[in-house]
Amino acid sequence: MIGYIARRLGQAVFILIGISLVTYVLVYLIPADPVRQIAGRSATPETVESIRRQLGLDLPLWQQYLRYLGDLLQGDLGRSYIQKTEVATLIASRLPATLELMAGAILLELLIGLSAGIYAASRRGRPADRAIMVASFAAVSAPQFVVGILLLYVFAVQLGWFPIGGYGTLWHLVLPALTLGLLGGGWYARMMRSAMIEVLRQDYIVTARAKGAGRFRILFVHALRNAALPVVAMVGLDIGIFMSGAVVVESVYGWPGIGQLAWQAIQRVDIPIIVGVTIVAAVAIVLGNLLADLVAPFIDPRIKFRR
Amino acid sequence: MSHLRDRILGDRVALFGLTVIAVTVLAALFAERLAPYPPDRQFFDGLTLEGAPLPPNGRFWLGTDLLGRDLLSRLIFGARTSLIIGIVANGAAVAIGALLGITAGYLRGWIGTAIMRFTDLMMAFPALLLAIALAAIFSPSLWIVALVIAMVNWVQIARVVYTETTSLAEREFIEAARAIGAGPFRILLQHVLPHLLPTLLVWATLGVATTVLLEATLSYLGVGVRPPTPSWGNIIFENQTYFATAPWLVFFPGVAILLLALSFNLVGDTLRDALDPTQRGREP
Repeated sequence: MIGYIARRLGQAVFILIGISLVTYVLVYLIPADPVRQIAGRSATPETVESIRRQLGLDLPLWQQYLRYLGDLLQGDLGRSYIQKTEVATLIASRLPATLELMAGAILLELLIGLSAGIYAASRRGRPADRAIMVASFAAVSAPQFVVGILLLYVFAVQLGWFPIGGYGTLWHLVLPALTLGLLGGGWYARMMRSAMIEVLRQDYIVTARAKGAGRFRILFVHALRNAALPVVAMVGLDIGIFMSGAVVVESVYGWPGIGQLAWQAIQRVDIPIIVGVTIVAAVAIVLGNLLADLVAPFIDPRIKFRR
Repeated sequence: MSHLRDRILGDRVALFGLTVIAVTVLAALFAERLAPYPPDRQFFDGLTLEGAPLPPNGRFWLGTDLLGRDLLSRLIFGARTSLIIGIVANGAAVAIGALLGITAGYLRGWIGTAIMRFTDLMMAFPALLLAIALAAIFSPSLWIVALVIAMVNWVQIARVVYTETTSLAEREFIEAARAIGAGPFRILLQHVLPHLLPTLLVWATLGVATTVLLEATLSYLGVGVRPPTPSWGNIIFENQTYFATAPWLVFFPGVAILLLALSFNLVGDTLRDALDPTQRGREP
């Protein structure tokens, strides 16, 4: 088991180094010359040269990369071109809002997905099951910005139940979290349905039924625990979808998280911020995957500590 | 093949998806003839006296946008954008993914390990953010957007193809082919590839849905297809400030994106069930 954990950690570190390489290539590919951006147009050649040296752009590429990696390890993500602020500071100030949004989204996607999946499995092959499966496909096929704008239109503009965007109370959280949660809910409904159907085939369920346990008792007491735990253990894998979704949802609702930060940076072509958010998101995804891999064998003993 | 046809035509859900896809393809092919007006024509009477877009009416069936252009015509031409990107970007993604997956799965060794570690690495990037960063770095055009989408979407296909190729490579008929002296190129092309075709077909179909959604999202965020070329995503991008007073400008293109992505997902899922031999004969 220790070998398994060490291997997984090693892979995570390898991927993190790879991420730094890829983002470095991205930064290096930028056609805009950062020196010119900082110095301005009227700068003398001497000023340009001294800024170039200050930024270390006169060094060979591999030394530049090592400096970049060193900066990353110290939590330095560079400076925004436009706001002249540290990217890491900007991201740190926005991160709590995004984490709050994700917590809400995870809660809602599990609520929607698990209940829809359990119900579909208990009605297997009947119209309700078919309807839920088509609806779950619609949920994963719906563009999030459209879902977001339409929810905003119906529940905030027309009905006035929720505030029109913004941040602060729990009421502000509902619509953005629901927009993200519907997508995830669609996936969980499908996974939960097949997990449930698999469990309901097991011998111990047949035994329980033979001993006269009711439908309700079989579903919720005997089957649910075994079917739901492995599904819930996959929450760590959702972070990637949420990180992408956050950009869209936060821009629709004016939610002040790192997604909105990235969106604002897109409009101003502020590449250090875009790359910074990408790095933070990628690190979050690696940690989420690691968590899912480490948790799964504890929750479901059938998954061995493999490889 | 007839089994496949029966499966899809006999399934109402898949048939619905196939119909939507056929309608979209026809709209894209014959956009000039089908669209009531040119997509870029700004109508003087296409706006109210206050300059607001018109709601759906007898003359403009789906209403007009903020510049007084016919929304239906823009949607029909937008279908062309979505499908071109869907086919080009996804085709490229499938080709890259299949090539890398087969190579890694058949050769294994350090080349295979290197390719698969690189795939793992790409899996760790959030697709949308990576696409945004790439699109912001290269100035976007239709083909750059397609390329960017291909660059983030090949990853899953590579993994699936890799897994299938490794199990195929151990089968006896491959060993037999090797024993009678067939070279690796011939084995891959004539013996491995045909077995991968069902998988590739399923992923190519499902991949179009992902691609259509990604294009729409990039265009909505302003780093995808640029106006005046109509795309379903940038129609919403252009008009979103009016959504409270003119919701049809978000609703109709939104439904178009949803229906097309949903249809490719439904058809792809039915194909998967039909082509997966372990599922054959099982109750639905």
